[in-house]
Amino acid sequence: MNRFILPLGIFALLAIVLAIGIKRSPEKGIIPSPLIGKAAPQFTLPVLADSSRTLSSADLKGRWYVFNVWGTWCYECRAEHEALLEIQKLAQVPIIGLDWKDEEPDAVRWLAELGNPYEVVAADREGRTAIDWGVYGAPETFLVDPQGVVVYKYVGAMTLEAWQTRFVPRLPPRRAAKS
Amino acid sequence: MLPELGHFALILAMLLAALQAFFGIAGPALGRDRWTAAVTPAVAGQFVMVSTSVACLIASFVANDFSVTYIAENSNSALPLGYRVAAMWGAHEGSLLLWIFLLGCWTVAVAIGVSRLPPRFAARVLGVLGVVSFGFLLFTLATSNPFLRLDPPAPDGRDLNPILQDPALAIHPPILYTGYVGFAVAFAFGCAAMLEGRMDQMWARWTRPWATSAWAFLSVGIALGSWWAYYELGWGGYWFWDPVENASFMPWLMGTALIHSLAVTEKRGLFKSWTLLLAVLAFSLSLLGTFLVRSGVLVSVHSFAADPTRGIFILVFLIVMIGGALTLYAWRAPLLKSQAGFDLLSRESFLLFNNILLVIGAATVFAGTMAPLISDALNLGTLSVGTPYFNPTFMLSMLPLLALLSLGIRANWKRGRLGAAQRTILTTLVIAAIAGVILVYGVYSHGKVLSPVAATLGAWIILSSLVDPIDRIRRKLTLPRSVIGMSVAHIGLGIFVISVTTVESFTLERDVALGQGESAVVGNYEFRFQGIKPIEGPNYNGVEGTVVVTRHGVPTSVAYPQKRQYWVQRQVTTEASIQMHHGSNVFVALGDELGAGKWSVRFQIRPLVNFLWLGAFIMAVGGAIAATDRRYRVAPQAVTAPVATPGVAAGEGAG
Repeated sequence: MNRFILPLGIFALLAIVLAIGIKRSPEKGIIPSPLIGKAAPQFTLPVLADSSRTLSSADLKGRWYVFNVWGTWCYECRAEHEALLEIQKLAQVPIIGLDWKDEEPDAVRWLAELGNPYEVVAADREGRTAIDWGVYGAPETFLVDPQGVVVYKYVGAMTLEAWQTRFVPRLPPRRAAKS
Repeated sequence: MLPELGHFALILAMLLAALQAFFGIAGPALGRDRWTAAVTPAVAGQFVMVSTSVACLIASFVANDFSVTYIAENSNSALPLGYRVAAMWGAHEGSLLLWIFLLGCWTVAVAIGVSRLPPRFAARVLGVLGVVSFGFLLFTLATSNPFLRLDPPAPDGRDLNPILQDPALAIHPPILYTGYVGFAVAFAFGCAAMLEGRMDQMWARWTRPWATSAWAFLSVGIALGSWWAYYELGWGGYWFWDPVENASFMPWLMGTALIHSLAVTEKRGLFKSWTLLLAVLAFSLSLLGTFLVRSGVLVSVHSFAADPTRGIFILVFLIVMIGGALTLYAWRAPLLKSQAGFDLLSRESFLLFNNILLVIGAATVFAGTMAPLISDALNLGTLSVGTPYFNPTFMLSMLPLLALLSLGIRANWKRGRLGAAQRTILTTLVIAAIAGVILVYGVYSHGKVLSPVAATLGAWIILSSLVDPIDRIRRKLTLPRSVIGMSVAHIGLGIFVISVTTVESFTLERDVALGQGESAVVGNYEFRFQGIKPIEGPNYNGVEGTVVVTRHGVPTSVAYPQKRQYWVQRQVTTEASIQMHHGSNVFVALGDELGAGKWSVRFQIRPLVNFLWLGAFIMAVGGAIAATDRRYRVAPQAVTAPVATPGVAAGEGAG
């Protein structure tokens, strides 16, 4: 073999590595969260549009719930809103919202205009709860089991497909069958 | 209406690029002169269409048309006009369009420049550029169209990423991309030569000014990016070895090797296949950089925005372009024979070492950048490579390079005796060593083992670069631009090396918590924190601190570091206060509020750090001077006259 083919050979190897890299990159959408398998962080926050009430993590114990972090300033959140409404209609698991670093009137108007998929929304003005949950960009969606353990975390706009392929298989069969 | 017009113009541009590629490659190959002649009109037509498209996108940005998805995602009605224009290249889709537009600018310049060259060769060069342009246009239209409409339109946009709202960063991408894309020209010249199966010294002369100009742009682009990171990110560093930076640095290293290798090919007709390979590799690394940055393979933060179909498309494109060029190389390069030989201590040898060391340097950076990806692909777990790897390994190839430089520019072509140059080499080395030791132990009075060595090498490069121009002026010989350019660029490098040495050896840094009226001492400076006050800008609000700086008790300045919160994206940015004093940069950045009226504040004293960017800028100026040398501008007939004048052969343009 002559030395002039060598660069081509090296490039071919590199191309294979890059191809494997791409095949894996969709998986990077699920950023491994250190929280998975651990207890969901504790919080007590005022309820959106009703600041006389508070919602705390203890209230949510004993049942499955989806924890969705959003904000009216978040563009992707608008994109996923339709999907959240449809997931709510499936009535498999209640969706709890965390309105992150938002203005109350904006958030109320948003839900009035686009529809409200949430059972209840906690208002995280300061963004401290989001930090505890390890959120680093909205939207992010968590699945939490009745023991209060985080089962799964999804980064980016929710879709019905993501719900069916990534969340539903992690639910106990009886709940999943509801769809 | 405007976005549809822009979209349509982009489709026409792609068709014209396809014609340009077809006529440019098939015309000369089949000997059809009328096809060959059709290339230039295709180039002109494509450029008009791409320019129309760019103008439409910018006009839509200026008009705040939030019915366009890309604009809704990257602009806002409160964004100042200048940034609304710059927002055009604020994200993926628009930067691709910018890439294509700049390639169009280079192609038009090449079309004008090659009109004096043999028509078949010129057509092939433009044809290869057409292939590149076609690939990017297809990619943009298929996966990253900036003109897609949003239904219903957004009431207002999401705003440009706040860290990009900065003058240096607004102009950084166009300049950096001009450099990146510029290597496409050297690549096209290389491919054209391989398609012809012929490559001579004239080829090197045609290619050199293009390669040198691209290199100069890339130098300025990288320096601007580094300067921006220094004052905007709030960490006070100038280089982080992150994949995005490395993506621009690898083509720069390869391009540096290329412009030196081209010098040998032009002067002596040597290193032919090697020069071709470098021309292919420099552009391949530009493309690979685009791939790494854009496909989301390496970028982990918010990678959900990265689209795997884009990655697959770019990979296929890479395989076609780079794989095609390397196949052509494997087939044609063996035909290129170099007859002449050279001695061990001749300039050819030194430039060979230069090339080997630069390629090793680029390979080092490449290995470090790709390591996380490779280890992930081979299931070896997630690996993180950072400064502890890059700094020592990169220095391993760069220190010998710097040492050999001062010898190399004094060496003669072909002949292996340093001869009369020996005395000046020794004199300059001794003076440089004295200057280096004085700088390290006299001015800053401490240092690491390598500090005086590196300072000496930097000073030696500056002195050696001055010898030849001074000698020519003394002997009343002509001073061609190639010689001036080479000397200027190397002096810039020397300044850069000295600056990196002082910054790496003598930087002082402290993070402290300060309440109103409290102060901190860093080196000879005392900083008194006077408290903060609220501020408001066009699309952000925030706080500004007041810090009084004194040196040995004498007031020197007042620093006003800011922290801004941008309304739309809720992002906090740090605007550090940086003031130059006694050659050092006094850097004050405001951190977080710690409660009880205390703030965390970062202070840094970085000696001579501004010379780092100044040095890089001087290098680029040197490149610009060398690229406009007379012999590149005269008609091809005239340049066949003998070039080397006996006696002055030593200095004859390796710049």
